[in-house]
Amino acid sequence: MATTVAPQTPPRTADEPTGPWSWFATTDHKRIGSLYLFTALTFMLIGGLEAEIMRTQLMRPNQHIVSAELYNQLFTMHGTTMIFLVIMPLSAAFFNLLIPLQIGARDVAFPRLNAFSYWVYLFGGIFITLPILFGAAPNGGWFGYAPLTTKTYSPGLNIDFWVIGLQILGISSLAAGFNFITTIINMRAPGMNLMRMPLFTWMSFVVQFLIILAFPVITIALVFLLFDRFFGTNFYEIARGADPLLWQHLFWIFGHPEVYILVLPAFGLVSEVMPTFARKPLFGYPVMVYSGILIGMLGFGVWAHHMFAVGMGPIADSFFAVTTMLIAIPTGVKIFNWIFTLWGGSIRFTTAAMFAIGMVAMFTIGGISGVMHSSPPADLQQTDTYFVVGHFHYVIFGGSLMGLFAGLYTYFPKFTGRLLDERLGKWHFWINFFGSNLVFFPMHFSGLLGMPRRIWTYDAGQGWDTFNFLSTMGAYLLVPATLILVYNIWKSARSGKIAGNDPWGAGTLEWSIPSPPPPYNFATIPRVTSRYPLWDVKPPLASAPVPNTPMHSEAPAPTAAELGIPMPYHTLKPLLTALALPIMFGGLMLMHLENKLPHYVFMYGGAAMLVGCLYWWLTTPLEPEHHHA
Amino acid sequence: MTATAADVGHGYTTTGLPHRKIAIWAFIGSECMLFASLISTYLIYKGRSIAGPFPHEAWTDPSTHHVYKAILNIPVTSCSTFVLLMSSLAMVLALAAVENRDVPKHTLGDRILGSSKLWLFTTAALGATFLSFQAYEFTSFVHEGLTIRTNLFGSSFFTLTGFHGAHVTAGVLWLLTMLGIDFKRGLGPKDALNVDIMALYWHFVDVVWIAIFTLIYLIK
Repeated sequence: MATTVAPQTPPRTADEPTGPWSWFATTDHKRIGSLYLFTALTFMLIGGLEAEIMRTQLMRPNQHIVSAELYNQLFTMHGTTMIFLVIMPLSAAFFNLLIPLQIGARDVAFPRLNAFSYWVYLFGGIFITLPILFGAAPNGGWFGYAPLTTKTYSPGLNIDFWVIGLQILGISSLAAGFNFITTIINMRAPGMNLMRMPLFTWMSFVVQFLIILAFPVITIALVFLLFDRFFGTNFYEIARGADPLLWQHLFWIFGHPEVYILVLPAFGLVSEVMPTFARKPLFGYPVMVYSGILIGMLGFGVWAHHMFAVGMGPIADSFFAVTTMLIAIPTGVKIFNWIFTLWGGSIRFTTAAMFAIGMVAMFTIGGISGVMHSSPPADLQQTDTYFVVGHFHYVIFGGSLMGLFAGLYTYFPKFTGRLLDERLGKWHFWINFFGSNLVFFPMHFSGLLGMPRRIWTYDAGQGWDTFNFLSTMGAYLLVPATLILVYNIWKSARSGKIAGNDPWGAGTLEWSIPSPPPPYNFATIPRVTSRYPLWDVKPPLASAPVPNTPMHSEAPAPTAAELGIPMPYHTLKPLLTALALPIMFGGLMLMHLENKLPHYVFMYGGAAMLVGCLYWWLTTPLEPEHHHA
Repeated sequence: MTATAADVGHGYTTTGLPHRKIAIWAFIGSECMLFASLISTYLIYKGRSIAGPFPHEAWTDPSTHHVYKAILNIPVTSCSTFVLLMSSLAMVLALAAVENRDVPKHTLGDRILGSSKLWLFTTAALGATFLSFQAYEFTSFVHEGLTIRTNLFGSSFFTLTGFHGAHVTAGVLWLLTMLGIDFKRGLGPKDALNVDIMALYWHFVDVVWIAIFTLIYLIK
């Protein structure tokens, strides 16, 4: 009974829980995705503020707005926040929202584990961020090079917060990794074979393997550092014969795959956005899949290009130079395939399309300067200078973040049922695009002129002044850009245009169901026969101008109970289990106090809570008993 | 795309395997990288300690002239390795007993082989025996002058074997929990998946020990 009147509110089923408390107990992947999105954007404001303070300090030579010590904390927390608390969780917001929808599933394989991942991320993020208010934030760089970070050279709690915070955050990523791998392998709808799987799900699949294989390595590197700092072991004690490169190797065996963990989800999103707005299928789909897999595999073989300056010798340097150059090939293939997707397309320049195209341009610039570093002699000139800072911001800000923004403008309806405002979105895009180029492009010049990274101030007359001033002006432009985005999200979530099932005339499964989808996603599990099943029904060029005016029924969708679909219980157990981790680890940090009582109470109390909650969780069924086969 | 749901029931999975089976394999893959990092660090630091005691040869402290004998006690650890390997056999029998619970048992042999309680208990007991060996080993090393703080060998040895011991401990707790459930309501074919997953974890921890025993104890 479709009405011809455009609806005023997004569709919801009658039995959906509402109110703030429902968010704490939710196991719904879409709601967990929204939690990730909201939390990551909040951390983005914090990390952005840290960057603005740094740029203000560097605007002119010899400024003393912040102290050198605070500056160390700012650049450490800016990097740590943006990598672990913003880009990864923003990607996780899309993993959560989209993977089940794109493969035709009703949820992830382990809904409670999914909630656990989110809560661990939130508590770990707070644990590592809060100390900056007390001037005790981590101050050893996001890479935390040992032996610099051992107790001898970094006394104080700063590095302890970093080591333990990252350890907690790693648990979140690993749990999510096992969950999504199982979901993608095992919950695809009939007919959704691997070579029909949307590119975003494919790239997410690759990323989960990178996560579960790379995070254990940094876990061990951090365990060594933790033991050195707390129990007096010798892993990074050079005077006891330790190898000063051990940390660097372990860290970058994790750290380089981490770069692809940050960028492949954005690649996936852009590969969804491009066909939708060019209104033709992705060019070279199989090659896009294979190049993504190849990037993931090669990503484990290039780590020592971060270490050319330490003097590993010509053989190691040559090996890692060659593998690094090799990885440019599948990456270049992707860039050409995006361009060929646009070629001959009937392009609609929505905000999402502009962010996607901007991402390709920015990422290409960052990729080209990246290939420059792959040559060890060139790298020796560039390493530890602002040239490298410019390079990786083009890749992470211009690549990852702009790709994620493209995803946000496209998929906001699947989070909220409403569209983001396009006019504000275009303002956001253009200010963001000019601003980010103005911050990061001059850094190449200041870097080639010899300006080192991580210095808190510099003398005049070295040729750096103008470039630093320009970078700071660019950074200030990003403030209004970000505020426009925040306002747009705030306003559109309340009163944005109702999206309907498929506002963009896109081709993949997630657009066949209402926005936001009902708790069970698909009333009947679809049977998939092609890569763009919706375009089989309605060819892309036939679609109306975007965004479409939705014509869905005003009547609420049927509830899961009416359809006989079993739904997981709402539960606080994942939250409580996650809460035990910061309590237990926080207790460990109290070890060096005179009074040992709080140390024992929190550490053993937290451990008991963790084990107790786990038993409670694992002995309670996920869904009503009678649905178990 | 046609919307029919004839054969997509609640228990449907793409591969036909249960979710938990896939997740445990992903977990084991991840654990391989964890132990690979620990074992690599041990091997990289092998022979780099600037002071003893050492794993395979005696060492005289130049200042005190105290002679420290070689630390590793291969005969004792061979026994504990045998115990742990036998626990894997018991685990296999426990899983078979759970799977075949409903098969009628005629002889005493059938009843012994078919007792999941007996084999779960045996697996846990052998695991606990291995842990006792490790506790004995750790205390005797400390008495001989090697702690986790002494040198690079001590740090990397205790951390590596300690991580493995922690994994065995988690496995023993898991086994005892299953044993408790078996006593409470009996484990049958519908529990086979849970026991199977536990068995995969247990065998994995065993295999890691074979690598550790070979690389750390046997190769000098």
